[in-house]
Order: sequence, then C-alpha cells, then structure tokens
Amino acid sequence: MLRQVFANQASDAAAVEAVNLVKDFGETRAVDGITLSVPTGSIYGILGPNGAGKTTLLRILLGIIDPSSGTRRVLGRERPIDAAREVGYLPEERGLYPSMHAREAIAFMGALRGLQLAEGRRRADELLERHGLADWGKKPIRTLSKGMAQTVQLLGTIIHHPRLIVLDEPFAGLDAINQARLEELIRRETRAGATVIFSTHVIAHAERLCEHIAIVAKGRVVFDGTVDEARGRLRPIVRLRTRASDGPWRSAIPAEARREGDQWVFELPEGGPEPFLKALIDGGAGIETLAIERPGLHDAFVSIAGDSAAAEMGQEKPQ
Amino acid sequence: MMSLLRGAYVIARRDFAATVLSKTFIFFLIGPLFPLLFGGVFGSIGAQVATRTEQPVIAVVSSKADFDRLHDARDRLADAIGDPGVVRLVHYAPEADAAAQQKRLLATNRPPIRAVLSGTLANPHLAGSLPAEDPLAMQVRIILQQASAPPTAPPTIATSTTEESAGSLAKNRAMTAWFAATLLFILTILLCGMVLSQLIEEKSNKIIEVVAAAVPIDSLFIGKLFAMLASSVTGIVVWVSAGALAIQLLKTGGLATLPAPAVGWPLFLALGILYFAMNYLLLGAVFLTIGAQASTVREVQTLSMPITFAQVLIFGFATNAIGAPDSSAALSAAVFPLSSPIVMLARAAERPELWPHAIAFAWQAAWVALILHYGAKMFRKTVLKSGARVKWRLFRRAG
Repeated sequence: MLRQVFANQASDAAAVEAVNLVKDFGETRAVDGITLSVPTGSIYGILGPNGAGKTTLLRILLGIIDPSSGTRRVLGRERPIDAAREVGYLPEERGLYPSMHAREAIAFMGALRGLQLAEGRRRADELLERHGLADWGKKPIRTLSKGMAQTVQLLGTIIHHPRLIVLDEPFAGLDAINQARLEELIRRETRAGATVIFSTHVIAHAERLCEHIAIVAKGRVVFDGTVDEARGRLRPIVRLRTRASDGPWRSAIPAEARREGDQWVFELPEGGPEPFLKALIDGGAGIETLAIERPGLHDAFVSIAGDSAAAEMGQEKPQ
Repeated sequence: MMSLLRGAYVIARRDFAATVLSKTFIFFLIGPLFPLLFGGVFGSIGAQVATRTEQPVIAVVSSKADFDRLHDARDRLADAIGDPGVVRLVHYAPEADAAAQQKRLLATNRPPIRAVLSGTLANPHLAGSLPAEDPLAMQVRIILQQASAPPTAPPTIATSTTEESAGSLAKNRAMTAWFAATLLFILTILLCGMVLSQLIEEKSNKIIEVVAAAVPIDSLFIGKLFAMLASSVTGIVVWVSAGALAIQLLKTGGLATLPAPAVGWPLFLALGILYFAMNYLLLGAVFLTIGAQASTVREVQTLSMPITFAQVLIFGFATNAIGAPDSSAALSAAVFPLSSPIVMLARAAERPELWPHAIAFAWQAAWVALILHYGAKMFRKTVLKSGARVKWRLFRRAG
C-alpha cells in the first residue's frame, strides 16, 4: 500500500536516471557514456549480448561500484546507498550462505535492507508458503535444488517490498515453469507499485514483459524507448504469394525482396499498404495470399544493434 | 552513520550466530585446551622424571643405627630447605669386600648413585665424582654434622616484614608485564588466521554483491570484525573459566603467584580485556583488509606465514620496552598503533598512572577507524573494481 502511494506521488519522476555514465577497468571501457531514464512503475528491460556492459551498468546504478565519470540518481537520491532500503537486487551471480536455512536467508536479506528480523521471518514464511517452499524453510540452502535456491534469493530480493527491483539476468538457469512464475512475480510487483529493471540477453522475455527497453551494445545505449518505438523503427514485413510469376506488378515490390519458398518477403514500401496493393492489382499479380506483419522485437534488435549482437543474443532461447 | 552501524550490526549478528552456533566452534573452543592438557600431562610426567633423575642419591654403607640418624638429619634438612633440593639417602649393609661394594654401587643405575658414604659417623668417607666444594658434598657434611650432634629444637627467630625493595618490585612487575603481553600476543595470534579468511565465504558464495548493494562496505568490515571479536571473547571466556577452574582444582597458585601489577589486579584485568579488544581490532582490521584480497583458502594460507612473522616482530618490538616503561623504546612502541596495546598493558603492570591509558585508547580507536575506512576503500577498488585506480606512481615518488 505504502509502495503504491510512493509510486503515485513520484509517478512523474524517473525511478532511475543516469547521465553520461562512463566506467573504465584499466584500459577497457566497459560503459561508454550511457544516459537513460527509467520511468517509475515500469518494467524496464536492458537488452544486450554477453559483455555488452549490462551488469556493469546495473552495478553502477546500485552503487556497488562508482562510475569513472557521469552521474546517477536512484529514487531521487544522488547516492544509491541512501536508497538501499527501498531497492531489491538479484545479482547475476547468485549467492547465499550454504549453511543458512532458507527462511533465515530471506529474513537476513530483508534485515540488510532495514527490515526487523522478526518481521522478516514472518514475511519469509508467507512468501515460502506462497511459492510452494514452506517445507523447505528450515532446511539449509545447500540441500535445496538450484532452482529452489534461486527462488529463495528472489524472495529475499522482494521481502522488504522495495520500490525499485533490479534483476540481473533473472531467467538464467530457470526451467520453463519457474520462468513463467518469475514473469508473473515481476508483473505482480509492478502492479503493486514497484519499478522493475531487469537485464537479459533473451529477447522474448523482454518482449513479453517490458514497456520500456534499453539496448546496450559495446558499453553504449543504442536505443532507449518503448518496445513499440523500437518496433516502429522498422517498416512492416510483407509476405506475398502470387499466381503470376512475372509482369508489371514486379515493379511494385522492392529490389531487395527475397524469395522464401513460393513467397516474396520484403519491407512494406514507403507510401503504405494502399498504393502498394493498387500497384499489385493493376500490375496483374494475381494475389493468392498477402500478409503484412508487424516486426518483432528481435527484428528491431537486429536493426538497432546489428547482426553480430543479434547472433549472440540468439544463443539462448527462452524455455 | 546510523545506516553504517545498522548494517554492521546485521552483518555481525549473522556472522556471530554462524560462527558460535556451528559445530566447528566446539573445536575452536577445545583446540587451545589440547596443548594445555598435553603440557599438563607431559609436564607432570616430566616433573616426576626430573625429580627422580635429578634428585641425587647417596648410597650409605653403614650400620642401621648410623643410617637412621643420618636419615633423620637428612629429613630435618629437607624440612628446612625443601625436599627436591636435598640428597636422597639409600642404605646398604656393609659387605666383606668394601672396595668391590663401593665400585658396584657407583656403577649402578637403579638408583643412579652419585656417591657412596661409608665408615662411621665419626670417621666418614665419601667416594664419588664429587669435588669437596660441591654443594652435594656440603649437604652430606651438614647431614653428618646433624647426625653426630644430639638433636636440638630449632631456635626461635624474631621476624619483621618490610616493603619490597624498589629493585625487586620493578623486577617482579616486569614479570607480570611480560606474562600479560605474552598472553595478549598468543590470544591475538590464535585469531589471526580466522580473520584472514573472514571474507572468503562471501566472495566464494557471491553474496558480496547482495551485501555491497545493501549496506556500505565499511559496514561489512566493521560487522565482520566485531562478530569475530564477539566470537573470540566467547571463546576466551570459556578458556579463562576452564583455566581458572583448573587452577582452582590443582591449587597451584596460578596467577596468584604473579606479583601484583602497579594498577592493581581488578583494574589490570579490565585493562587487559580492553587492550585485547583494541589489539584484536587493530590487527584484525589490517588482516581483514589483507585477507579480503584473497579469493581462496590456499591464498589465505599463503598469506598466513608472513603475517605470523609480522606479528612476532611486533611482539618483539613491544616487549623490548618491558622493564623500562618510560624509555624512548616504550614510547615508540606505544605510538606505533599495532604494538601499542601490548606495550600499554605491560605499562599497566609497571606504572600506576591511568591517564596514559586514556590517551592510548583514543589513539588506538582512531587507528582502528582509519584502517577500517581505508581497508573498505581498498576492498572497493581492488575487489569490487570501483573508484579511482591506486596511484602507485605516488608511492614510487615517495620512495
């Protein structure tokens, strides 16, 4: 409830703002002048191939490391550590104390964020119950499966009802069921007023969840906007099957059109569908099937980040 | 500041519970008792062996009546100066061949006879590897004198107690200072290895990211250090209690045999606890910083040896001042933060003034804060790869 109130009050402000962030590790520039703004209450995806600088960017935003130059504000605070009580963070490299009980681990993570231990234990019991892990609450982490341990860490990330949740590659290592549960959890937290930032190199997750995305490649943000805006950068794709193999109608389709089986595939020509359709009909194409498809986020990503980045992104498919 | 302390408390609470409630803590507790136990057992056996082998035996070849008088005289001497210092007499009846008997007795190992006393009380003869001026020969002479004269009651001597001389008091207090400094050193060295490996768990389990995002790194350092201190104090309470109980049971006198320190025992013990905490925090802060750079247990083990040497050097530097608490060496050791607690505790044994301790605590606390702060900074730079690069060029220029 409190989180909703805060979210409403700050709805105009960005949950996270970064201006011209740079981070050098020796001679290597991991983050190269990144500027972005994460709208409050949104699900914000940071997309990019491995090594693009996503994790470094998140670590800078959270104050784990300082930037070489540039500024960032988290929930209105100049120093991210000052907002730590209202932030939840699931790092890419998961980690829990192996000998700690699951319930205690969750409560400990809450305590780190300012939650009283007793209240943390109470909430841990509730969360474990809700996620079907009630029987595992008093078992050491080392006895849990990898997926269970990951769920425990995720519950520890949200136990204090943070206003900002930062998840670094949260879907990595999860099976299909747990991926779906995580997606639902992210939506639920957002409905409760939280802002969620997550990084991923699997485009499908971002496509299903995000309103806003930033595409990161080689330490730079090459796109920052809504998913629709990203898609809007590409023209719709036309898939056309004709009875006539040749004729005047061929001049209506672009020279770059390619054959896929018995159909032509190409971007919708400038001017839109109506003049294009008229030219086909008048040219005697004899249209058998015609589909005009809205481009997917993957296509937009390829267009924005380039083929090589897209090839790396495509290495892991969502389950 | 509040978030720093709150974070440190959360870390310390977790670490303390994880340490004290683990099975390995039992081994930590009983570990130091093993050397004491072995020391006690072997010491006792050794003492018995030493008593038996070192108490010289004199074979007395005489009539039974003469031997009884000699034996009574020997016991009177033993009562006066203590049994272990007085020769043991063993009776042998005279044989026909006195020379052969003497030769045989001097050759035997059961018991190891140092000399053979033969003849009569009026005309005794002592044979063996004893020069005339040897203390043993002197003892035999006194015993013979006592045995020859009729026994008399010991004379009454009027006594009066005086203050110890300045020289003997200083010497005795230096002994207390030495004992206290050594104890402080041993306790700290016991904990050193554990402090070194304090951050390995977080680093190997990748929890460091979660912690670093939630609380200031200084909190992590402070929390770890104080958790370790609390665990150590728990251990020390157990060890001291066990030791006190053992001393009480064995009635050997223990600490009570040490000369009273200049500030008195209650204050000295309180200062001892405070200086232990300071010594631990100072060395612990340094070792935590160094240990934080290590990623594996093997690296920690590699670091342990030079650190132990460094501790021994610091101990040597500090104890050099014992016996001369106002010397420039003592002042240097008190100013150097890592030796300051040891030398100041030694000072408490030797000098009654308390104000230097107030200054020392403030000085040491400032150094703890300083080392922790820069330790956390170094951790951020080298482990979390954050902040500006360390400017080694400046060091080179300074050098």
